[in-house]
Amino acid sequence: MNEFTSTIGQPNAVSIGFFLAFVAFTLVITYYAAKRSRTASEFYAAGRSVTGLQNGVALAGDYMSAASFLGIAGLVSLKGYDGLIYSIGFLVGWPVIMFLIAEPLRNLGKYTFADVVAYRLRQKPIRVAASCGSLMTVAFYLIAQMVGSGSLVKLMFGLPYETAVIVVGAIMIAYVLFGGMLATTWVQIIKAVLLLGGATIVVVLVLARFDYDPVNLFDAAVLRYGPKVLEPGGLVSNPWDAVSLGIALMFGTAGLPHILMRFYTVPDAKAARKSVFYATGLISYFYILTFIIGFGAMVLVGQDVITGFDKGGNMAAPLLAEVTGGIMFLGFIAAVAFATILAVVAGLTLAGATTFSHDLYANVFRSGRSTEEAEVKMAKRATVALGILAIGLGIAFKGQNVAFMVGLAFAIAASANFPALLLSIVWGRFSTVGATASIAVGAVLAVGLIILSPTVWVDVLGNAQAIFPWKNPALISLPAAFFAGWLGSVLVPDADAQAKYESQRVRNYLGVGAE
Amino acid sequence: MPIVSIGSLDQTRFQELVTRKRAVSAVLSALILVVYFGFILILAFRRDLLALKVGEHLTLGVPVGLAVILSACVLTGIYVAWANSAYDESVRDLVDGMKGGVK
Repeated sequence: MNEFTSTIGQPNAVSIGFFLAFVAFTLVITYYAAKRSRTASEFYAAGRSVTGLQNGVALAGDYMSAASFLGIAGLVSLKGYDGLIYSIGFLVGWPVIMFLIAEPLRNLGKYTFADVVAYRLRQKPIRVAASCGSLMTVAFYLIAQMVGSGSLVKLMFGLPYETAVIVVGAIMIAYVLFGGMLATTWVQIIKAVLLLGGATIVVVLVLARFDYDPVNLFDAAVLRYGPKVLEPGGLVSNPWDAVSLGIALMFGTAGLPHILMRFYTVPDAKAARKSVFYATGLISYFYILTFIIGFGAMVLVGQDVITGFDKGGNMAAPLLAEVTGGIMFLGFIAAVAFATILAVVAGLTLAGATTFSHDLYANVFRSGRSTEEAEVKMAKRATVALGILAIGLGIAFKGQNVAFMVGLAFAIAASANFPALLLSIVWGRFSTVGATASIAVGAVLAVGLIILSPTVWVDVLGNAQAIFPWKNPALISLPAAFFAGWLGSVLVPDADAQAKYESQRVRNYLGVGAE
Repeated sequence: MPIVSIGSLDQTRFQELVTRKRAVSAVLSALILVVYFGFILILAFRRDLLALKVGEHLTLGVPVGLAVILSACVLTGIYVAWANSAYDESVRDLVDGMKGGVK
């Protein structure tokens, strides 16, 4: 079983065919979406015309990145049970979004989460601070995705790294620039359906060899690699680090700008709730599939073969597709992985461009007096600029270890974005100074401690000993951000903001006046 | 949404609604926090419990992990079922009762 030769890495007519079909189809959608992407509400929020189910699928599409498909399947194939720990962490943020964030966000904001934080506080300082948190999250996530896409496409299609990054960047710019949120939403939906469908087929093909009983598959894995594959292992060597990672994953999800932005695409809070429910179900299903795919690859492909292609295990799922379904199926899965990268970077770029045009340009530089036309124009310029920047950063970081950047994005989202957002919703005495302090402390601590942590200080900068012992800072930075928010609000209260809290509450709970 | 004046809102019933809503959100949030951080703390401090055998080779960790995933789905399901029926009805009643409540 170990001795098969894979066609991975050779340009494969089937995968290129599938990929071109996906790009052609999504560009046709973009062409039609372009006619409905003129006003600000259309460009940023698809005219609030997306249904709860559609948005749920699109949310799942935004969240199921190539990193979680290829990365977690690979992690499971090499480490077994430990891979599931990450999946669970990525999932449990969704109930938090549902119970605490989704409806207030939909009822109080227009296009960005900064709308909610700035609802009754002083616009300029809040918008600037929230934009920093937002842009940092988007930037680190985007770099990780671009570098990952270059390496993955090179591995799977044999395209040169730079070509892959430029292709991804160019197509993504086309989606966002011409089709705005509507095209981005449909790209996410199509990609989510393809990814879930493809992963389901892999799982059925794998389980067919084990009498359709996953337990037989797990038993086969234990017989070959020992009982440790079904036990929690070395991934959580330091208990406090495990708790810290758990906090970052859980609350980081509720602070990701490209996820939060999707709640403005639905007509009301009812649809927003439905979309979180569908997204949670689909993402749960997806992570259960990746767990089985990981074990399938471990048994049917073999760990030596997987690490022979990529030390991190990223090729586990494509290799398994080839073993179970042949070259045709490998081509399909490879194309789906490429489509996944495209869709996720499109969502990130749109979120970044919206922060520039809506939060910084319209509400800070023009003090809220710009026309809608000027704002959309600025959003389109920001899209092109961000797209080119993403290509540049993708090429600049070629060959660098960027695995820590996704963790960093989640840590910033959990520390800078989430505490300020939650406090602005639930606490009437939250003041401008408190919110600014909370965002600043959360962002500075998250970034600073990650630089001093083993992931950057030792693995990237090559020092012998890390100054901060944990890989994840959230256990320190998130409580610190809440504390800074409280302290700033108590020391420098905001009488105006307190007076407006009552009307905010009416709009939050009843949806009266929501856009 | 109808245009209504906030002054005409039935404050008592609104406060009740807010209290109920906050209680539901708080209880469900607490449940998912307990489930997830319970899992993480066991993982961090009593890893051996998850390595206990429940089948020939199958460990307790696998069904427990699945149960955590399932509980996330069930809790969001409970919330959406409550909010999209009982809560939204109370909201509609309150908004209808406000002055100028023309649809």
